Amino acid sequence: MAHFGVIRFPGSNCDDDALHIVNTVLADRGSTGEILWHKEHSVGQVDGLIVPGGFSYGDYLRAGSMAAHAPIMESVKAFAKSGGPVIGICNGFQILCESGLLEGALTRNASLRFICKDIYCRVEGRPTPFTKTIPAGRHIRIPIAHAEGCYRHPDVERLEGEAQVIFRYCDAEGNVTADANPNGSVNNIAGICNAAGNVVGLMPHPERACEAVLGRGGIDGLSLFESVLDSLANSGVAR
Amino acid sequence: MKAKVYVTLKSGVLDPQGQAVGRTLGKLGYEGVKGVRIGKYVEIDLEGDDPKLAEEQVTKMCNELIANTVMENFRVEID
Repeated sequence: MAHFGVIRFPGSNCDDDALHIVNTVLADRGSTGEILWHKEHSVGQVDGLIVPGGFSYGDYLRAGSMAAHAPIMESVKAFAKSGGPVIGICNGFQILCESGLLEGALTRNASLRFICKDIYCRVEGRPTPFTKTIPAGRHIRIPIAHAEGCYRHPDVERLEGEAQVIFRYCDAEGNVTADANPNGSVNNIAGICNAAGNVVGLMPHPERACEAVLGRGGIDGLSLFESVLDSLANSGVAR
Repeated sequence: MKAKVYVTLKSGVLDPQGQAVGRTLGKLGYEGVKGVRIGKYVEIDLEGDDPKLAEEQVTKMCNELIANTVMENFRVEID
């Protein structure tokens, strides 16, 4: 049994998709979820948090910059500090970076284009609740859909040294190449985690690759949600 | 009082927008454009009449919200 909170900001548009995964697709694993409105001051009794994609606050000023200061974020920070698993997807990743829960920043794609397509990324780095059960080095196919996914970090060598790079854009064979980098991110970085490992952010959309009837039929995205369910079950902590 | 805030990308941060503008200037026949960097200009109307206090306050605003200091620099002018 695990209960997830999906945070909804004005302009979120992947919130219902994420809720559908935890509420319906994974219901037989005992997973449930609820939407949490950004004006709430508490995330309540949840086992995990999903900060979904979209265009919170119309991407005003910088993507994620307004949402990072929404009332609910103090409670999100407290939940993260207590070790609870938090995942930020696309705009959610931008929000987690802007709020300081994750390091670095996301800026305009090098091509200046909004890119919407399936990509491959290699799962690596330290174990996180969302990747623990995915064999290290495996590459998964999931879609991206963003205009501001170019990842920057002032000291990327340290981030690499701490094994905080969790997802890296690669080709269909799993090779990390310049051609496989869709947006100009430093070191092909598609996703990272915080120093403690419980907060993960990525630009690709795992929630859009969980059911064979949708998209190109891949279900590689499901592995992230199954992983967090496994780690919550094994931690045996009822929050 | 009015605060003028100039937010610019740090050197080394890729500016594809600036590059695109630079290329277009070249196409328009402007020679000698070595580079273009695009930033933001923000005006803030403030109460009070202490420029030193205003500068401190706006600097705090920039660090907290207006600029992302991972990739941007900012400069504050008080009028």
